[in-house]
Amino acid sequence: MSAVLAASEGVVPLTQVLTAPGGSPVDLAWLIPVVPAVSAGLLLLFGKRLGRLAAAVAITAMGYSAVASTLVFAFLGSQPEGGRTFVRTVGTWISAGPLQVDWSLLVDPLASVMLLLVTWVGLLIHIYSIGYMHGDERYPRFFAYMNLFAASMLILVLGSSFLTLFVGWELVGLCSYLLVGFWFENRDYATAAKKAFIVNRIGDVGFMIAMFLVFFAFGSLDFAQVLPEAATVLGAGSVTAVAICLLLFVGATGKSAQIPLYVWLPDAMAGPTPVSALIHAATMVTAGVYLLARTSPLWALVPEWGLLVAWIGVITALVTALIACAQRDLKKILAYSTISQLGYMFIGVGLGDQVAGIFHLLTHGFFKALLFLAAGSVMHAMANRTDVWGMGGLLRVMPITAITALVGVLAIAGVPPLSGFWSKEEVLAAAADTPGAQPIWLLGAIVAGLTAFYMVRWFYLIFLGSPRWQADADGSVPHPHESPLSMTLPLVVLAVLSVIGGLLNINPETGFLHGWLEPSVLRYAGETPFLAEAMAIVLVVALSVVGLAVALLAYGRRWTRPAPSIGAAGAAQRAFYVDRFYETVVMVPGWLLAKGLATFDRLGIDGLVNGSGRATQRLASVTRQLQTGFVRSYVLAVLAGAVLVGAMFFGAGVGW
Amino acid sequence: MVVPAGYYLLLAAALFSIGVVGVLVRRNIIVMFMCIELMLNSVNLTLVTFSRINGNLEGQVLSFFVMVVAAAEVTVGLALIVNLFRLKASTDADEVDSLRS
Repeated sequence: MSAVLAASEGVVPLTQVLTAPGGSPVDLAWLIPVVPAVSAGLLLLFGKRLGRLAAAVAITAMGYSAVASTLVFAFLGSQPEGGRTFVRTVGTWISAGPLQVDWSLLVDPLASVMLLLVTWVGLLIHIYSIGYMHGDERYPRFFAYMNLFAASMLILVLGSSFLTLFVGWELVGLCSYLLVGFWFENRDYATAAKKAFIVNRIGDVGFMIAMFLVFFAFGSLDFAQVLPEAATVLGAGSVTAVAICLLLFVGATGKSAQIPLYVWLPDAMAGPTPVSALIHAATMVTAGVYLLARTSPLWALVPEWGLLVAWIGVITALVTALIACAQRDLKKILAYSTISQLGYMFIGVGLGDQVAGIFHLLTHGFFKALLFLAAGSVMHAMANRTDVWGMGGLLRVMPITAITALVGVLAIAGVPPLSGFWSKEEVLAAAADTPGAQPIWLLGAIVAGLTAFYMVRWFYLIFLGSPRWQADADGSVPHPHESPLSMTLPLVVLAVLSVIGGLLNINPETGFLHGWLEPSVLRYAGETPFLAEAMAIVLVVALSVVGLAVALLAYGRRWTRPAPSIGAAGAAQRAFYVDRFYETVVMVPGWLLAKGLATFDRLGIDGLVNGSGRATQRLASVTRQLQTGFVRSYVLAVLAGAVLVGAMFFGAGVGW
Repeated sequence: MVVPAGYYLLLAAALFSIGVVGVLVRRNIIVMFMCIELMLNSVNLTLVTFSRINGNLEGQVLSFFVMVVAAAEVTVGLALIVNLFRLKASTDADEVDSLRS
């Protein structure tokens, strides 16, 4: 451990926080989340009247945020190194004794790259949605939700304290719920939305307890106050630090779909495809990675638990990559692939090479958004069919989609020199360099091979071979066609980004991203490679190429039909029974408990209430006989009472 | 000639008893109402008597209060009786029993 600790000698992030000069992009950064939020509100109120204009409003708002984010990024770049961390306070939110929370933004290099990813990928996906959501009856509402999501994610990224981050954190969860269940008429979709929300809530509880502990230990929730003091207040390896970090990680596993809370993400594919691309691939699910990178000074105190994070990341990556190899739904394959790639990011941030994790987050944001949008384009062409075994040969009918998708596949498979290669190598290098993490490197390399396999399988079954689709039950046959320009344009842009994204950080030591993020994160990864770097890279690339070749050969020659649902393939098709396991272990007892409580409520609580009511009724039916309605009988009673009272006074007087 | 106080008290008791019996046995609302007035005034008589016995004015002042209240009560009571008569076309107290179960 000492070797690992020795590595964490960089400057602690946020020790020096500046106030931006008035009128500068950073000073106006609060508008970045506010503009989409206002647009969302307007669309929700007046969307029906706007009709198709709603898209224009939403895209304008997103465009504003994207341009403003770029200006913020440029402004930070123009500042001297070490002076790029700003806090912009907008107003007071909570002021309760020692608990002071402001509405304030933390604009630093880490936040700025996240801003760029969220706004620009978000903008592209908004544009794509014009074509994809065309003809949907809730068209304006879709754009309202997308805007709301963008605003929430921007709050999450810009929040300057745990609590403001948490506001965005919860809001993206809400938007995820709204958008997964966007077609709520379908009962399964509505259930998937609930599942996404509830599983996320489990993680959120961890986050909340972590916040309580932070406040308990530091008396503040501001990043700028907590993070620089982490080492002095908590001390390396202290129990509180471990508890805070692990609870934060629980939150991250929920939002970023890691074992054991990943089960919601595949189901979340029920939402419209742009949502899958934006929320469940490019942005929201990366919130957990962002959180861990943001709190890196806390993690630097307990690096051995960071190793646990990396282990969970790599196991998640391996398991879900195996599942992805056997799925048939084109979006589910991508969903499991997303979980798998998120696992890589957690290897990076867990081992203390946050730059690698964030780098992979960015490149993954490009190529996974690309892949999802390509999948959406395919579904658009295939009348919303999703079974890859019912496709094939689409390369000829939709060449733009196919070629951009191929770029995405090669990028995610880690083929040099595409972006995925650079970021994946960097993550794996972190594992190779950290003592005790070599098994993680090995598993990660195997996952790289699996990734290449299942992505090529995905591509081959959809775009190559001969057409396999058949008529529906009602006799309709899809007539595939290339998608409109509004859909292909984002595909092309994302494809370009997927190709050149690696330029961000080609060299882990001197690359741009490395220097840029240095003030924001506290690196604690080891620096002692256990085998020559070049050899490691060659090995991983070789594994990827093997995966690629195996898939091409297998699906081109032999496996022309889906694998039977038996043995290992069957287990993988059923996602290793994890959902059924949760059903048995969590849902069934919960259902029984609820049932029992409902019975108790009906017999016990309701019995008490209804019983007292019924008792009153019975008593009343007896006593109301006294109420004859004859005034004179009442007077008689009054008289009797008066005589009685008189008699008592009289008796008291004479001493009875 | 000074009449002993006991006679006044006896008269008051007699008037009160007549009032009580009247309310109890008569069914005509107006008669019952008059009987109530009778009881009130018998109490007034008692108050004045004791006032004289004790040589102070408190009882007499109280009897004025009783009269004022009685006047107000007569106003309300007669209004009630008129309305009841309009409703039931009779002055029989036993016919007013809509609260009976």
